[in-house]
Amino acid sequence: MSGLIAFTVLGLVTGAGYAVAASGLVLTYSTSRVFNVAHGAIGMVMAFLCWELTVQRGLPGWLAVLLVVGVAAPLLGAFAERVMMRHLAGAPEGTTLVVTVGLLIMLIGAAQAIWPATARPVEPFFGQRGFRVGSAFVTYHDLVMVAAALVVAAGLYSLLSRTRIGAAMRASVDNRELLRLYGARTSLVSALSWAIGAALAALAGILLTPVVGLSYFDLTLLVISAYAAAVVGRLRSLPWTFVGALLLGLAQSYAVGYLPPTEALSGLRAAIPALFLFAALLLSPQATLRVGQIKGIAGVPVPPARRALVSGVLLVGAAAAASFALPAAQNDQLALGFVYGIVMLSLVPLTGYGGFVSLTQLTFVGIGAVTVARLGTASPLGLLAAAAVAALVGALVALPALRLRGLYLALSTLAFGLLMDKLVFQSSLAFGFNGSLSVPRLAGLRGERAYVMVCAAAFVVVGLGVLALRRSGYGRILLAMRDSPAGCATLGLNMRWTRVRLFALSAGIAGFAGGLLGGLRQTVAATDFQLMGSLPLLLLAVVAGVTSVSGAALGGMALMLLPVLASAFPALGGLVYLLVGVASVGLGRDPNGVVSHLFKLGRRREHWRPAPARRPPSSASTEATRVSSAEAEQSSTENNSGAEHSGTPALPLRGAGVNR
Amino acid sequence: MKPILELVGVTAGYGRIEVLHGVDLALPRGAVMALLGPNGAGKSTLLKVASGQIRATAGHVHVGGAHVNGASPDALARAGLCTIPEGRSVFPNLTVRDNLRLSTYAGARAADVYGTAFDRFPRLAERANQLAGSLSGGEQQMLAMARALATNPAVLLVDELSMGLAPLVVRELYEVVAGLAADGVSVLVVEQFADAALAVADRAAVLVHGRVVATGGPDEIADELANLYLGSVT
Repeated sequence: MSGLIAFTVLGLVTGAGYAVAASGLVLTYSTSRVFNVAHGAIGMVMAFLCWELTVQRGLPGWLAVLLVVGVAAPLLGAFAERVMMRHLAGAPEGTTLVVTVGLLIMLIGAAQAIWPATARPVEPFFGQRGFRVGSAFVTYHDLVMVAAALVVAAGLYSLLSRTRIGAAMRASVDNRELLRLYGARTSLVSALSWAIGAALAALAGILLTPVVGLSYFDLTLLVISAYAAAVVGRLRSLPWTFVGALLLGLAQSYAVGYLPPTEALSGLRAAIPALFLFAALLLSPQATLRVGQIKGIAGVPVPPARRALVSGVLLVGAAAAASFALPAAQNDQLALGFVYGIVMLSLVPLTGYGGFVSLTQLTFVGIGAVTVARLGTASPLGLLAAAAVAALVGALVALPALRLRGLYLALSTLAFGLLMDKLVFQSSLAFGFNGSLSVPRLAGLRGERAYVMVCAAAFVVVGLGVLALRRSGYGRILLAMRDSPAGCATLGLNMRWTRVRLFALSAGIAGFAGGLLGGLRQTVAATDFQLMGSLPLLLLAVVAGVTSVSGAALGGMALMLLPVLASAFPALGGLVYLLVGVASVGLGRDPNGVVSHLFKLGRRREHWRPAPARRPPSSASTEATRVSSAEAEQSSTENNSGAEHSGTPALPLRGAGVNR
Repeated sequence: MKPILELVGVTAGYGRIEVLHGVDLALPRGAVMALLGPNGAGKSTLLKVASGQIRATAGHVHVGGAHVNGASPDALARAGLCTIPEGRSVFPNLTVRDNLRLSTYAGARAADVYGTAFDRFPRLAERANQLAGSLSGGEQQMLAMARALATNPAVLLVDELSMGLAPLVVRELYEVVAGLAADGVSVLVVEQFADAALAVADRAAVLVHGRVVATGGPDEIADELANLYLGSVT
């Protein structure tokens, strides 16, 4: 009985911390429709900043907390909204998710660059002092945590329901344009909601630091608990979010207290937030079918089969030439780039064509690697087996998640990735606890050069397959399903089966890449396939261009080069990741990525060439030139009007000035 | 006296598609002008240009004699330009009271807004704490018009006031428009169906294929309307 009280108190206190974090998440989502994956990362950076101010600069604790929660975090939130999020309001969920993933990676990079990894013990406020409740000991820090949750709950409630700006925040979700016509400064409204959200993330981060420790990843991933709680509230309802947070805190606390301490169950305990998130997602009511959108869906042109084949042969040739020019160690890196390229290819049908965001693609890569390692065979059939097993798991993941859409689906892949991290990869079925497995290379391949060529060829074959898929009827169905699920439903398409196949296909490609990766590394461990690794992968895939095979090649090479750059210039440290994050801000808005700009460049060069004499000026080419000249005209007039009227137009209707 | 709202040679559109090809239109102070035209003529686009939602690619937009081409819609709204866009221009997930509260951004006091709205439309008072999305179409349009009533704008732009509403409701809403005009508000009403709008208007303009093809008193326009819509030369 005494144990029960102690664990209940502990659970409620942790739940209060989650509630603070989750309420910030709900606030930003419900007022800007952007799900902030980086919510935890903001809390992490702010917790570090708070540590810096108190321990390094010697500020009193209350002042540091006040400065961080009241000044630094809101500024960061408003800045992020201003720079990254403002133009995302009507964008597809995939795009918004990727941009916030970019923010997350940027913040982790910044934290690693500013505060290099060392042990940083953090004292709770008021030390270990506290008081007794019956048999349970409650520290004053716990009390502060609960009080903070209560204050946040009351504050948010009165902000949203009692004030005009709160009503404007809710209104901006309904119809942002209309709110502007009402005369509200909508940019101010969303900046404020992001500022408050960031402040709540900071508060949660600081309060929970003594519990989880000051670590880049633990604090960032803490947000999974916040997601879980927020999903209980359907990302909308604050009271339900608080209920979810408290339930999660209690579940975790009771799991610590009452589950028998065996090894198998130790993973389960760590996986409780992910399980909770999964359950909350699956049990929550189904979203209605989305009718369709016009914005931001133009794809890149699909090359004809012959040109694709020629490019593929050229790529393998280039890989061969490069492998002879480079020393052995670099050859392994090159092969790794191609393997990553294949992983990115697995995202092309899923994210590029289908519009589904998978936050955990590396997990399937891991499944492929484990399969090959467990089979212990050097035959190429092992790779196919890896693909098959991964595809099967992919289909199994897709089945329960069939009814989820958009953001909820992306979150369920996140939960799945975490479960695999904590439960499967750590178990004796796969790598074992902190274990690793050795993987044989393909039979008959001697030396690194041969492996580079195999990887390049594999990339080309898979790439050609993806392009063939895009040209097929199935590819057209995928695009149609992305653009208008409701339209597809009315046409009588079986979207469930299409979706299961898509997930299986994508997972299969990733598993195949996993088999190759295992052969390349020859030793693989669970840490190679962690969830945190999947996020840069997704980000780079989208930044490079997730709708094209060329984009996958570029993204794969970039992902391979990142750690190389980081180790070549250790002074830069996390700065490389910072750069990637910054790039995502500019490019994440365009799902066709860097590659589409290269394509455009190539096309423009073709236009510069004089038209061949044998062909009369075809309608297509004149059309193109006409359009481009019209574009130029339009932009010039835009510039003119901008220059002409850059002054502040005054509107003396009521003597009120019009500020732009 | 200068017109309160004036468009001079305005071209505008969406991306590469140009919808308005040089529109000239003047709304005199205190007048009610009906802007008529067939589907796709560019009526709503014109209203969006006037309210600052779309930037004119060429030409000038003047409100109250001032050049406002680059002004943002919220700045224009605060300066006294009330726009009621097409469809139900209310926030469905907010209560009626919250919807009215947001009207105060245009510079009215909350108590006045509630008072004016509930006096004119007692049905809104009964449903003050209901979500606006649960109101009937007519009630939602009343709520939207309540904003125009309560904030006492200088110019009122209304798009498709009658869309999908019962004739009785349409008549009541146009009575509100007439009442506003009597109080000195200049009104530009966009309508696809001419009769309701022409009944309260003292000026009318016809927009066809992105150009104003006729302006004049409501009676002359009413007579010519069929010809103008069908594009024959009269």
